[in-house]
Amino acid sequence: MTATAGRPTARGVSARLLVQPLLILVAAGGVLWWAFSGELDDTQRASLNAASLTQRTLEHIQITVAVVAIVVAVAVPLGILLTRRRTRFLAPVAIGIANIGQAAPAIGLIVLLFLATNRTGFWIGVLPVAVYSLLPVLRNTIVGIRNVDPALIDAARGQGMTTGRVLRTVELPLAVPFILAGLRTTLVLAVGTATLCFLVDAGGLGIFIDTGYRLQDHTTLVVGSVLAVALALFVDWLGGVGEVLFNQRGLR
Amino acid sequence: MTTSTAGGDDTVSGVPIVLDEVSKVYPGQERPAVDRVSLELPAGRTTVFVGPSGCGKTTTMRMINRLIEPTSGTITIDGRDNRDLDADTLRRSIGYAIQASGLFPHMTVAQNVGTVPRLLKWKKARIADRVDQMLELVGLDPGDYRGRYPAQLSGGQQQRVGVARALAADPPVLLMDEPFGAVDPITRASLQDELIRLQDELHKTIVFVTHDFNEAVRLGDRIAVLGPGSSVLQFDSPEAILANPADATVAGFIGDDAALKTLTLRRVGDVGLGQATTARESESPAEFAARVRSSSDEWAVVLDDSGRPLRWVRGDRVAQMPDLRSGGQPVVGTVTVDATLQEALDGLLSTASATTVVVDRDGAYRGTIGIDDLVGELRRIHHSHNDQGDPA
Repeated sequence: MTATAGRPTARGVSARLLVQPLLILVAAGGVLWWAFSGELDDTQRASLNAASLTQRTLEHIQITVAVVAIVVAVAVPLGILLTRRRTRFLAPVAIGIANIGQAAPAIGLIVLLFLATNRTGFWIGVLPVAVYSLLPVLRNTIVGIRNVDPALIDAARGQGMTTGRVLRTVELPLAVPFILAGLRTTLVLAVGTATLCFLVDAGGLGIFIDTGYRLQDHTTLVVGSVLAVALALFVDWLGGVGEVLFNQRGLR
Repeated sequence: MTTSTAGGDDTVSGVPIVLDEVSKVYPGQERPAVDRVSLELPAGRTTVFVGPSGCGKTTTMRMINRLIEPTSGTITIDGRDNRDLDADTLRRSIGYAIQASGLFPHMTVAQNVGTVPRLLKWKKARIADRVDQMLELVGLDPGDYRGRYPAQLSGGQQQRVGVARALAADPPVLLMDEPFGAVDPITRASLQDELIRLQDELHKTIVFVTHDFNEAVRLGDRIAVLGPGSSVLQFDSPEAILANPADATVAGFIGDDAALKTLTLRRVGDVGLGQATTARESESPAEFAARVRSSSDEWAVVLDDSGRPLRWVRGDRVAQMPDLRSGGQPVVGTVTVDATLQEALDGLLSTASATTVVVDRDGAYRGTIGIDDLVGELRRIHHSHNDQGDPA
């Protein structure tokens, strides 16, 4: 039953995973070709060149990686904790707080942290984005673990597994598909919101958008925006590949 | 094989379990779920807890491996209080099989079966050997099945793997909580037969929980009929309970067909068979006729040269027959010595005859069985249990 039902969706997923990188290449390559094939004036050349494009893209990726690392390090253990018997009752509170983090505009969080610390730089950009994109992983960790059939936990306990072992070998592996789905959402949120990090001098592709907007430079604005979109799609694609690779066999 | 502790020999490997005044009261509930239950479960035997849903039979079973901790009372396994060990260590020495198998969907059959040996930190090679041995024991080809995932198995196969997992570390005690409740009736019957065969080989102390009285009669050496609060309404052999229910509740639980159920408890080979006069078809009719006359049987049986029954012939006609190779009526509806008396009765009714031929596993003549024999056997069972006095 599971095997036959799983097949069509699996085929749909793999088709999407093949098409998406092609679209990304066409979009990113197209916009660069469009920008560099036309005449660029001096100011444009100062902001739009191979070195700056590479650097801003790398910065953007660094921000995203740092955000995801923080989210995984915080949200997964927190999610596990909030499904344990003694601390389960705190789950609504934690979800509520995370909801506030996501509901508040990311730009507001960045500015608030800047005002509170009176500092700028990489981490002042990363931390608010992490708070903003924490919720999907946290919620899905909790949902994934709660979703495990109680009969399986009973069977595991009945065989003589300790609670820690039940968590490691039964609950977490069965929650992995949920956690990965949450992580994919977090990735997309993080890579999108990272365009705002230029506000606190944390770099990223947002700088092109800012520069283009201020100087009324259409070309720079479009290049920055399209590259940010392409990067978001690429990261989403990576998340999709990760789900296929790391999901447990036997569950599909 | 690194050790000799693995099962497979015919010795009784089970140990006795004694429940002494065991109670379970859940917080906030006035009535105890289990109220001062005392039971002695014999070593190496299958004891079935049977009762309506909600009577506390599962709770009682789960207190044996401490998935539920009793509020009061003690449970000893092989003379040792089950609180002497920590609960996880205790459970590794008690097999556990549940309804709908409870297999881990993200693990292969081999990983599932190897669960407890892994917890006991056996060496990898020993676990692999043991897994193959267990799969063979439950009738699954290891080469074909060890790498499969549970979703790739039928319900019956999943249950077999569930039983293999419960037995993998060769525990002396096996707890089974309605393990065959979620499969179709035909698969259930074959799984029950399989469990009987396994138990004949392994002699574990099995505690089996079910709400199906037929299943209890089929599997149990002893049946504990439980009422509300897990009160023991009757604790006896299936025969004794069927012959002499302790009260109206137990009688109601058995149903209207106690006599028919009793017939499932005895095999044809266990009862005294009748003997008809027989002859090989190569023998001379005259000699046969003389034997038939002296026995004064109305009917006699002609066998082929390897002893398989061929035809019924009338005693008074034998003398006129030219030879024994033809004539008479073909023998139909034979039953084997392994058949239950209920199956024998079914055979008699379906051929509308008063007597049928019993054959051994190779099809050779062993004797005859008739309606009268079945009635006599039932009467004997009833008398023996009613004479022994009131078991409750």
